[in-house]
Amino acid sequence: MTAILGISSYYHDSAAALLIDGELVAAAQEERFTRKKHDARFPENAISYVLQEAGLQLSDVDHVAFYDKPFLKFERLLETYVANAPKGFGSFRIAMPVWLREKLFQKSLLLKELKKLGQGTIKPENLLFAEHHYSHAASAYYPSPFDEAVVLTLDGVGEWATTTVAIGKGENLEILKEIHFPHSLGLLYSAFTYYTGFKVNSGEYKVMGLAPYGEPRFKNLILDKLVDLKEDGSYRLDQSYFNYSTGLTMTNDKFSDLFGAPVRKPETDRLEQFHMDIAASVQAVTEEIVLRLTRSLAKEYDIPNLCMAGGVALNCVANGKVLRDQSFQNIWIQPAAGDAGGSVGAAYAAWHGELGNPRKAAQPGKDRMKGSYLGPVFEQADIEKRLSEAGAVFSTLSEDEVISKTVDALEDGKAVGWFNGRMEFGPRALGGRSILGDPRSETMQRTLNLKVKYRESFRPFAPSVLREDVSEWFDFDEDSPYMLMVDTVKPEHRREMTAEENELFGIEKLNVKRSDIPAITHVDYSARIQTVHEDTNPRYHQLISAFKQRTGCPIVVNTSFNVRGEPIVCTPEDAFRCFMGTDIEYLVVGNSVLMKEEQDPKLAEDYKQKYELD
Amino acid sequence: MSFFSELWTFMRVRKKFWLLPILVVMVIFGGLIVLTQGSAVAPFIYTLF
Repeated sequence: MTAILGISSYYHDSAAALLIDGELVAAAQEERFTRKKHDARFPENAISYVLQEAGLQLSDVDHVAFYDKPFLKFERLLETYVANAPKGFGSFRIAMPVWLREKLFQKSLLLKELKKLGQGTIKPENLLFAEHHYSHAASAYYPSPFDEAVVLTLDGVGEWATTTVAIGKGENLEILKEIHFPHSLGLLYSAFTYYTGFKVNSGEYKVMGLAPYGEPRFKNLILDKLVDLKEDGSYRLDQSYFNYSTGLTMTNDKFSDLFGAPVRKPETDRLEQFHMDIAASVQAVTEEIVLRLTRSLAKEYDIPNLCMAGGVALNCVANGKVLRDQSFQNIWIQPAAGDAGGSVGAAYAAWHGELGNPRKAAQPGKDRMKGSYLGPVFEQADIEKRLSEAGAVFSTLSEDEVISKTVDALEDGKAVGWFNGRMEFGPRALGGRSILGDPRSETMQRTLNLKVKYRESFRPFAPSVLREDVSEWFDFDEDSPYMLMVDTVKPEHRREMTAEENELFGIEKLNVKRSDIPAITHVDYSARIQTVHEDTNPRYHQLISAFKQRTGCPIVVNTSFNVRGEPIVCTPEDAFRCFMGTDIEYLVVGNSVLMKEEQDPKLAEDYKQKYELD
Repeated sequence: MSFFSELWTFMRVRKKFWLLPILVVMVIFGGLIVLTQGSAVAPFIYTLF
């Protein structure tokens, strides 16, 4: 047996993954255990969990693979500072002490942290380092259902690379082309995230969600002034508009002057039509760049399969357009496309790349991520013990009763907490740690946003739909188990807008019912689709099937089980706390069912203020 | 010690020897700051001049 532990940490989204004889057995993000969103600390809890899941100690692990090369990153930092000196001294002064104290000595730091786990040690020669984008590429290709693929990675920045093209064939994966820092599509998107007043590295989803409310009237301006985009999708950014290379902000005054407004301050400035137009414009530019890249790659390599990873690959609107463009016949995107997924990639890179192990032939249509259900699971007896200790009042029901009562609650328009089986790996809740609702309800989106998630009312929700029924409801007939594709609701389920409704602008559009499933239909009729498959999540499939039987609708609203700014719940106690602190009315944990009205109100915490705005 | 040999190998492979003087100066100053715990740096620099 060969066990490889993959680690990503020290920047954002620390995580650990465990590969045994080339099979991914467990993976989890540290934030789920520490309850600190995007936790970047050494993932001691995640490592302990993945080892425990396999019944191993650290001393049983043959290799540890880290997802990034610190020397190379340091080289990039130094060269950038030297190239821009004396500009950038402020940032240099803040960055260097951390590097000189810790990050430069990451190898010994990692060995020391591993030793602190108290489960034995790792020999220095068994600690391996993969390049950041190679880790992303490996996380996209090796678990994919393809034997050969073009691999495109797009993110903010790793060491030097920000965009890479690789070819995977059998067990070989080779990066062939790179675009280097400071030219970065991820950082361009983050710059606009910053400009529209959202948090960089987490608010990018909001910009994407805001885009359909606006008109892309700045698209040409961005392409004229900020981005030099070539026919093949390669690009350069005019650095005179940005400040991220040397400063402590993403954009500068020249950038604000170009668009005619200062950076939005989230505490005081309202979101206006201007910000929606900005969001629509940067989204349109991103789609243009990604589409040019994929079209030119399809032509150049003549391989029908595309794999993607990196933070930009979480832009499901762009992904949907790539799929519809049909330059590639098949697309697979790593569900943990951000840095957390680097742990999976680093482990695979060690197994196939460093150790040269062959890769088993892919089964068509079946990837190796196990539905991304790679996190902790709790036995029923353990759930009952934990809930009792937390002071919960619950009843434990048979499997059929759980399903039927949950469908009752959904039909009654209740917000349902659904804690089921293993926790998901990656930023999306996929029916393991989800809050569910009835998509036919006209008030569900508003209720979930304002009373359950405590987040902005404009943000859309995603549907979980039975795979076999997806084409009946959406203009889409593919697998999308990881909620990484966006497509439109079928015309027969849409509601035509009146002339008056069509005149509405921006956020006013939100209150207009657009389809038979308004809770998951965005203002442009789009939806971020998750197809639910019987083989990867049978219980969730059974629940939606029962809902369909009762209502004729094979869809439920699925949003992550957390509030704004909180990591998705991990344990039954986390779920109970979130249930008590929000307006979730009904909670299912394994086979235990909890009703809000039966709980002791004294156990409710002030949950709304507990987590910072993200 | 392995840190220095790895760093040397890195610079050789990447052909980035020009980084060496910057690194040496930074490591020396960094080391001094760590050793002198920050606040004690000032008197040390005064005696230098």
